[in-house]
Formats: sequence, structure tokens, C-alpha cells
Amino acid sequence: MVQLTLPKNSKIKPTGKHFPAPAGASKVRTFKIYRYDPDSGENPRWDTYDVDTAQCGPMVLDILIHIKNTVDPTLTFRRSCREGICGSCAMNIDGRNALACIQGHEECSGAKVSISPLPHMPVVKDLVPDLTLFYAQYASVEPWLHTETPEPQKEWKQSPQDREKLDGLYECILCACCSTSCPSYWWNQEKYLGPAALLHAYRWIIDSRDEATGERLDELEDPFKLYRCHTIMNCTQVCPKGLNPAKAIAEIKKMLVERVV
Amino acid sequence: MSPHLQIWRWHVTMLTSILHRVTGCGLYLGGLILAAWAISLAAGPEAYATFKSLLGSPLGRFVMLGMSASAFYHLANGVRHLVWDFGRGLGKESANASAYMVFGFTIAATAAAWAIAYMTGALA
Repeated sequence: MVQLTLPKNSKIKPTGKHFPAPAGASKVRTFKIYRYDPDSGENPRWDTYDVDTAQCGPMVLDILIHIKNTVDPTLTFRRSCREGICGSCAMNIDGRNALACIQGHEECSGAKVSISPLPHMPVVKDLVPDLTLFYAQYASVEPWLHTETPEPQKEWKQSPQDREKLDGLYECILCACCSTSCPSYWWNQEKYLGPAALLHAYRWIIDSRDEATGERLDELEDPFKLYRCHTIMNCTQVCPKGLNPAKAIAEIKKMLVERVV
Repeated sequence: MSPHLQIWRWHVTMLTSILHRVTGCGLYLGGLILAAWAISLAAGPEAYATFKSLLGSPLGRFVMLGMSASAFYHLANGVRHLVWDFGRGLGKESANASAYMVFGFTIAATAAAWAIAYMTGALA
């Protein structure tokens, strides 16, 4: 359901802690970071950190690691590969979803850079969202090869042309930037699969080796699972890998029409 | 729950999407104005004169300006959706460009319609 405001227990207190820059800092930038501690029983708050950016690397993740190492060890966030391939550090930076490890803080427009968890998700702690539902939706599209013909002696073969159809789809790292950018997903995430799961559904639908295309399409022919996509395009606008979930969803819709006309 | 609308920096395509719905709902309600027009016409010359003066009042004209702009916006953005349904124009750049084209068309078409209305004396 559409609820434009945050629930009572999620309203953010504007007055959090302030961490001033160290003496002698040369290039100070302020980061406004969402903090939530489930053990405190308190509402979330915005903490502000004045960071000497001369002392850290160029990316937002460098800033976060710098804060955790030298300013405030209680700051909690996910990260792993620091090169845009694991998808762990997806978060909302400066009002848009991005991977902190490949988002330069100088690319952010505001004087103060706001950092919060992926939007409209349950929060585990600070910048860590609970992605259980997101992963369940991915699993629900059965993201593996479905076949009926007996398994070949060696591999399932595919022509280079058919392989090309998977470009722009297989690169998805499931960081959840797209799904959590989508207002339709915000209001109907328990019923709408969201851009990431649908992009993966399409990846298997057009795989020439897959033999369950019809069943996959049947599964998606539903007013909510697929058709809550209203082409708002936030998914494509934010994808840190430059993929186009909106286009993949449009292609599924097209296939559903084409098979009845 | 993490903040969503509270922190989101809007994309132009997000704006065109919500405006499509807003203008769609507005035009649905605006259909009542058309119905009232027909009813007043059926109810006789006095009722029709009252309806005309209401619609011609500054507030009535303002509502009609909104209605005409909504109609042109909804038309243009509807065509944009049709093109999308063919799987075309869904790239980031082309979707952004078509959003601005829709805004441009809405302003131009509304201005043209009111200019014609003015020149033919319909606004007198």
C-alpha cells in the first residue's frame, strides 16, 4: 500500500551526534549518515561527520571506512570487493541508490552528502537493510536452466548470436539498487517482483537453451508480479552496472502480448 | 523502515510518471464538467447561461487551463508509453529526452489552443 510518510518507529530524528573534523584538516566535507541501533529502542537519527577528505580515498566507501577506522567504530555497513562486483555496499547516496565503492564523493552534488540504507526496506542496523524478501523474489523466478531433453554428453550448446542476447542481463550482481529505487516496489513489494527479479526472469526466458519459456511467462502473467511496472524508469537510472531492467520488463510484457495475438 | 520519498532525488522520468497518473485522474474528474455542460444545455437557456458564466469566470478559466494542459500532457505521454510498449526508447538518455519533449509539447499545444481561442473570440 502507498504510504508516503515513514511509520512512527522509523521517523528520523534530525538531531543526532556531530563529529567535528580533526584539527588541521584541509579538505573538509560533511556527511550526513542514517544511524539506527535496534538495541537502543530509539528511533533512527541523522549523525553528521565532518571528514577531512584529504586523508581518504575518492570513493564514498573510502569515506565510510575512514569514519569507522578513525572517528566512530560503531558505524555499521556492508562491504566486500570494493570494486563494484559484489554489490554489498549498495546504499542511498545523495538521494540516489549506488554502490559506495564506485561512487566518488566528488560526484555528489550537495554540500552535505546524505547516506542512508536502500530505500523502503527493513533496517537491520545503520546502513544494513534486510534483503530477505529481495532474495526470495530472485529465487521465485527459478534462476537456473530448465530442460526436458536428455542432458547432452558435453555442454548445452548455444550459437554466438543467442549468447549475445544475454548481454546486458547476466552482468546483474543483485545489489538491489534498482528494486529499492522503484516506487512501485516501495508500495507493493510483497506482491510485485521488482526490477532485479524481473530482469533475471527475462534472462532465463530468452536463453535459447532454456525449455520452460512458456511456464516462465505463465508464472509472470499476473497483475502484480509483473504489471506493477509503470515504466517510472528509476531502475535504469540508478543501475550501477549500466543495465536496463525497464527494457527487460518491457520485453517480457511484449512477449506476453505476442503469444496471444 | 528506511527513508524513501523523504530522501530521494527525483529523476525527470519519475516526475513524468506520476504526472501521467495525476493528469489522468484530473481528466476523469474533468469529464464531469463536460457532463455538466451537456446537462445545462438540456436544461434550457437560463441554465446554459449560468454554466457559461461559471466557466468564463477567472476560476473557471483557470480550471480549463489546467484541463487543457492535462489533456495535452496525457496525450503526449500516452504516445510515449505506446512507443515504450513496442520496446523502443527505453534507454536512459532517450527516456529523459522524451520526457522533456512531452513537457515542451504540453506547453506549446496549450499555448496554441488558447491563442486560437483568443483569436476566434471564444474568450471574449
